[in-house]
Amino acid sequence: MSLDAKTVTRIARLARIGLQPGEVETLGKDMGSIIDWVEQLKEVDVTGVDPMIGTGLATPRLREDRVTDGNCRDKVLSNAPERKGPFYTVPKVVE
Amino acid sequence: MSYRITGSTGEWEIVVGLEVHAQVVSEAKLFSGASAEYGGEPNTHVSLVDAGFPGMLPVLNRECVAQAVRTGLGLEAEINLFSRFDRKNYFYADLPTGYQISQFAHPIIGKGKVLVDLADGSTREIGVTRLHLEQDAGKSIHDQDPTRSFIDLNRAGVALMEIVSEPDIRSPEEAGAYLRKLRQILRYIGTCDGNMEEGSMRADVNVSVRKPGETEYRTRCEIKNVNSIRFVMMAIEVEAQRQIEVWEAGGTVDQETRLFDHVRGETRSLRSKEDAHDYRYFPDPDLLPLVIEQSWVDELKAALPELPEAKRARLEQEYGVSRYESSVLCVEQAIADFYEAVARGADARLAANWMLGDFFAALNRTGRSIEDSPVSAEGLRELLGLISDSTINGKIAKEVLEDMVETGDSASAIVERKGLRQVTDTGAIESAIREILAANNDKVEEYKGGKDKLFGFFVGQTMKAMKGKGNPALVNETLKKLLSE
Amino acid sequence: MSGIHDFTLASARDALKARKISAVELTNAHIDAIERLDGQLNSFITRTPDQAREAAKASDDALAKGEGGSLCGIPLGIKDLFCTNGVRTTAASKILGNFVPPYESTVTANLLKDGAVFLGKLNLDEFAMGSANLTSAFGPVENPWKRRDSDAKLVPGGSSGGSAAAVAAGLVLGATGTDTGGSIRQPAAFTGIAGIKPTYGRCSRFGTIAFASSLDQAGPMARNLQDCAILLESMAGFDPRDSTSVDTPVPHYEAALKRGVKGLRVGIPKEYHVEGMPAEIEALWQQGMNWLRDAGAQIVEVSLPHTKYGLPTYYIAALAEASSNLARYDGVRFGERVSAPTLDGLYEASRAAGFGDEVKRRILIGTHVLSSGYYDAYYLRAQKVRTLIQQDFLKAFENVDVLLTPTAPSGAFAQDEKPSDPVQMYLNDVFTVPASMAGVPALSVPAGLDARGVPLGLQLIGKFFDEETLIAAGHTIEQAAAFHHRPTIHAGVSA
Repeated sequence: MSLDAKTVTRIARLARIGLQPGEVETLGKDMGSIIDWVEQLKEVDVTGVDPMIGTGLATPRLREDRVTDGNCRDKVLSNAPERKGPFYTVPKVVE
Repeated sequence: MSYRITGSTGEWEIVVGLEVHAQVVSEAKLFSGASAEYGGEPNTHVSLVDAGFPGMLPVLNRECVAQAVRTGLGLEAEINLFSRFDRKNYFYADLPTGYQISQFAHPIIGKGKVLVDLADGSTREIGVTRLHLEQDAGKSIHDQDPTRSFIDLNRAGVALMEIVSEPDIRSPEEAGAYLRKLRQILRYIGTCDGNMEEGSMRADVNVSVRKPGETEYRTRCEIKNVNSIRFVMMAIEVEAQRQIEVWEAGGTVDQETRLFDHVRGETRSLRSKEDAHDYRYFPDPDLLPLVIEQSWVDELKAALPELPEAKRARLEQEYGVSRYESSVLCVEQAIADFYEAVARGADARLAANWMLGDFFAALNRTGRSIEDSPVSAEGLRELLGLISDSTINGKIAKEVLEDMVETGDSASAIVERKGLRQVTDTGAIESAIREILAANNDKVEEYKGGKDKLFGFFVGQTMKAMKGKGNPALVNETLKKLLSE
Repeated sequence: MSGIHDFTLASARDALKARKISAVELTNAHIDAIERLDGQLNSFITRTPDQAREAAKASDDALAKGEGGSLCGIPLGIKDLFCTNGVRTTAASKILGNFVPPYESTVTANLLKDGAVFLGKLNLDEFAMGSANLTSAFGPVENPWKRRDSDAKLVPGGSSGGSAAAVAAGLVLGATGTDTGGSIRQPAAFTGIAGIKPTYGRCSRFGTIAFASSLDQAGPMARNLQDCAILLESMAGFDPRDSTSVDTPVPHYEAALKRGVKGLRVGIPKEYHVEGMPAEIEALWQQGMNWLRDAGAQIVEVSLPHTKYGLPTYYIAALAEASSNLARYDGVRFGERVSAPTLDGLYEASRAAGFGDEVKRRILIGTHVLSSGYYDAYYLRAQKVRTLIQQDFLKAFENVDVLLTPTAPSGAFAQDEKPSDPVQMYLNDVFTVPASMAGVPALSVPAGLDARGVPLGLQLIGKFFDEETLIAAGHTIEQAAAFHHRPTIHAGVSA
């Protein structure tokens, strides 16, 4: 079942992807067919099954509390599409 | 006495819960090796991990975990040996990855409590729901350019503890007391410096109101990011007032996020966020669940400093100070330490008296903190020793303390330099008194005629004549003797 | 047949060590081949011939002194998902535009440390999202293979399609790939080469652009498993900068080649006999069983009951993670930016212009399955099913040492045969996805040609960190299959 335009628009808004009016319908159809297809997971009995978090292979590791990084502003700003002095810039955000 | 607000329909009770964001004291950030130090040139305390560059991955800082556990122990809370980091997804200019790593479903610390003291001398227990670790965001600077905001990521990724209270708070005073107590505990343990000006402690305040006796909560509003205890208390008051007006006008309170404007003394809706948030939490696949060992928790517990409540009880017991004195002395660990350094080897009650009185006054006057006090604990102890062994009297001691603050000289040096040693020679005292009595024959007659109050006058005159150095007990005793002659 | 383009990675390494050929000669020959053929194949997004020649010179100096690492002087291609210091890295997306990382991924740093010479950055599906290398912002990659009866352009598979095509056509001696649900194995099968997806956590993900963090795993792609083994030994290893990296020693994989399969128990998962599978794929699979049995292995039927749920589970888990991983491409700190008067406008315009259709679709689905009211029904349920899928494998491995399956349900298809229904397209990954979901290692080796002359691969799936057994079994198949066919477009074929 196709996702309705309102849903597609809401999701696109959450994902900050601007859509052309024509795209909403196509996406709704494509997404709908994928969602229908994954619905088959509802058949699986998952009672008492823990969700998988990680593959259980690595052992948790913690880093030591030392300053080993940073102080690399040139790198941090090296790819900035727009900057002003030491800052990234964005259109003014009004609170 | 319960706190009540009287509206047009009668009395209302307020219900408050606080979410405190406390910045964790650590060298490096929660998931990167960049410095967590406050300040710094813009975008210098930033690694490529913090800036969310492609392929960069988080690795958890051990000390930040330890700090959360220590804090949990300080709040007498459940320590969860299994916890997990989730991503909270939203877009904002100072959130480089488009998600904040936080602990949503499985926080590291569970239920705990904070005991708060109220002005009427009573104590209340405020429940702590949970404490979790999360990343701070960067800073957007809006006032440097007419059309643009500037982004500084120095704070991005610094570790925060979010400490969520139960909705147990029933008055602005309790909210203030809770925050002060929480800050005190954090500072004692050394897990947060509690500096609200630098933003290392901020609170989101959840407020609702209800009629006394109602058992259900009504809709609450969240006032975001209040950055001083005073403002928290003010915000609760005005927000409760606003909600009462809404209910009493027959309206309903909408669950929403509001901002406190301390200039206008009002809260207002953050309507700019037109979209309902949908944070799409899910476990961060770049991180493994956090599993800690009970033995490590035990180690951290064993190394924990004495906490405020325990310290107060001990000071009261060990040094005989009052409940009030212990509360003042234990506000900060450094003060309590200072006090103990003075009190050990001195008259402990006298020490408390002096700390709370002239010593704090001297600190206030000079604008110094206990850490850079102009008078050391040893210096103060020496001064008190001179009082105890009758070398000087209390009045002279005040003068000596002032001199110590000014010159940094030791008490005994000042006493010698100024010749302030107390006079205990009864002959000298007697001759000084005789001179005073002779010069005030009329007053002596009045005294003898029953005007007892004049005794104080004779004491004052004698002390004045002796430049304050007379031993007060001997002066009294000798005066009584000579006046009855 | 003994031209410079007949070298495998291993034989080139030996010739370099023996000074029978110089690294500069070898590198120049490959640069020439790229110039000749890649205009058509489009396997490279960025070529770095100058740096390559310099690196080759340095390799010759090292070799002359009897020094140099295991890959000294070996020309490789790098999938353009690995960040390379100072060399543009795009993930085949417009949104990364001219992104030049000021850092090197751990995997490529390991290869450089061992002396490899990088010829450039290889094409892929945008952000590794695709199975046909048709979604790249830099155009599709053409499979160097042709059907016997047609000149139609075939897809090389995906997402590591550029890596597969470049290796198959002899433009590089080996390449890095990444595999999230089959992105190394399926293109390897489509182009008649070998590829290994190691155990999750074997190769560091640091500096590799993420698609789905819990699944992404780097691995080698090369002409044969010996070459893959040499590459994997260099690429693998513990990295403290990746929390999911596993601290376990890296074996000498090349030594495992000759172990043979005598006494090995090879499981045949019965659920992989899917409906509508072409008879020739079934036949090739049977052939694979026979080869291993003839070499002394025991063939055992096993059951992986949740196989059919692998794909939908994969799409929920991978897309959810991707929707979050790709949030950082917002036009603020790097990459393409489309100006707008508001911050949200800037995000929406930059991401609308920067992402291709497939990536947008996947981000939106991922966003949807995580959104309020759907999380439990989709994401949480999928992660539970994933646990069941992993348990299937662990249970099977109590009885057998490796599993044998086809790599893909078909050979390479033509670019214009791409199914319009995205679900049909996803079915390409039906055999490769379950191993990714479980985190276990798997490889693909070329095993034959289909009726139209297009290569087909067989997949071996192994126990956690038992890449060596996989390599041993795979090499047995390689030897039995004696796959020496070459694609139509190949560096060694003169025009």
